[in-house]
Amino acid sequence: MADARAIAPGLFVCDADGARLLAGLCAACGKRHFPAAAVCPYCAVAGAREVPVGPAGRLELYTTVLSRPPGYRGPVPYGLGVVALDGGLSVIARLTETDLSRLRPGLPMRLVVEALFTDDEGRPVLSYAFQPA
Amino acid sequence: MRTVYVAGAGMRPFGRFPELSLTALGAEAVRAALGDAGIGRGGFQAAFCGTVYGGVAAGHKVLTALGLSGVPMVNVEAGCASGGAALALGATAVASGRADAVLVFGLEKMPRGMIRSSFFEPWREEAGLAATPAYFALRAQRLMRESEVTLEDLARVSVKNHRHGVANPYAMYRRAVSLAEVLASAVVCEPLRLLMLCAPNEGAAAVVLAARPAARPVRVAAAVLRSHLAGSVLGEHTPLGGLTDERVSTPTEMAARAAYEEAGIGPADLDLVELQDTDAAREILSVEELGLCERHAGGRWVRDGGGELGSRLPVNASGGLLAKGEPLGASALAQVVELTWQLRGEAGPRQVPGARTALAHTVGRGANACVVILSR
Repeated sequence: MADARAIAPGLFVCDADGARLLAGLCAACGKRHFPAAAVCPYCAVAGAREVPVGPAGRLELYTTVLSRPPGYRGPVPYGLGVVALDGGLSVIARLTETDLSRLRPGLPMRLVVEALFTDDEGRPVLSYAFQPA
Repeated sequence: MRTVYVAGAGMRPFGRFPELSLTALGAEAVRAALGDAGIGRGGFQAAFCGTVYGGVAAGHKVLTALGLSGVPMVNVEAGCASGGAALALGATAVASGRADAVLVFGLEKMPRGMIRSSFFEPWREEAGLAATPAYFALRAQRLMRESEVTLEDLARVSVKNHRHGVANPYAMYRRAVSLAEVLASAVVCEPLRLLMLCAPNEGAAAVVLAARPAARPVRVAAAVLRSHLAGSVLGEHTPLGGLTDERVSTPTEMAARAAYEEAGIGPADLDLVELQDTDAAREILSVEELGLCERHAGGRWVRDGGGELGSRLPVNASGGLLAKGEPLGASALAQVVELTWQLRGEAGPRQVPGARTALAHTVGRGANACVVILSR
């Protein structure tokens, strides 16, 4: 099998501590953003530091996408939700759980990185999602 | 700054018209507005066209088809607020004295199906992050939690707007729907049902703005665009104008505040409102953000019959986007056309008696919001 690749560079890391998102932390205003950018989107100061956040968080909002959105290459249905990560950053992200009866506000969630689809060269493409912890 | 008046208004019914080109749709609305204003070639000194999917020189092609090209002309894209942004630019041109009259129009033929947008980079599409209705659903879920809005309340908004749309010959859907029918329609993204979402479609609308008042003068008391909140434009940390970031004001709140100040009025002075109802929850959120009810009182507003024709402040008497459908570039100008007719007393069976002051509101991708206040 061909080597797996990330869906886009600089989004996440996986190590012994689990999967974590690479957020930007602005030295000037102290706000976090994701994906990490060269310039802080809040205050326009350059040089935000890249900080890993997660893998633990809590579910804030959630729904299920039932039909395939344009360009999406993974399976349907899939979940989409907002997760508040430990460390002060909320992100909108795919959820592995599609049964809404198993989700509730405040539910502990955990970031996972998994193969979402196989690209045209046969390489598994890794993306991030949250699953109930 | 000079006073700006709506000197002419016209639109093309919204719907699906496979036999008509985008240029033909636009030409029909422009011809109607110019006819209403009683002007032709030479009667306006600049033109502004709102469109998102219209492509290169969409507005220029309309003017060329009508033999009206030759004036400075720009196409304006600001998501769902594109037509409102074009109008704000046109109003500024007249108010400043740069032009005595301008033509402002909007036109769109929306692609079918879930909206595809170059707003999302390819990796976001591949990852499933370009599911626009899901963002609406998450916003709806948050509103339900914070403002004690129930699923039935969301359905009530759809029932109201569809009932209003029955009386509007410019609407795409002119059929009343029952509460049970809305609730039983297919789930798109929980909690939103199909009849709680507007349909992307086709249409065009146009106005002439002028420094000289028309016979039944309608004044542009404010035309304000607010965009691109710091930090709330693109990243997954703050999608759709601050969904996950409550520390910042939304574009609608910012535009409304500025528009009320510019017009020298407050929400209590309004007689009717046309506002963004891309989905039923968006209407309730718009009501809150425009200050038409207290923050987080949207659920009660619905249950008290808020926005009904015949109530103190009718909202979306035209049927709104839920009944009219949403051609992005045209929707804001269609609101302004509707309100112009209302303020002139020409709105027929959906007329709000004695209306003197009205507000139009659009908000969309890129975190753009436009608020226009008209008065007579």
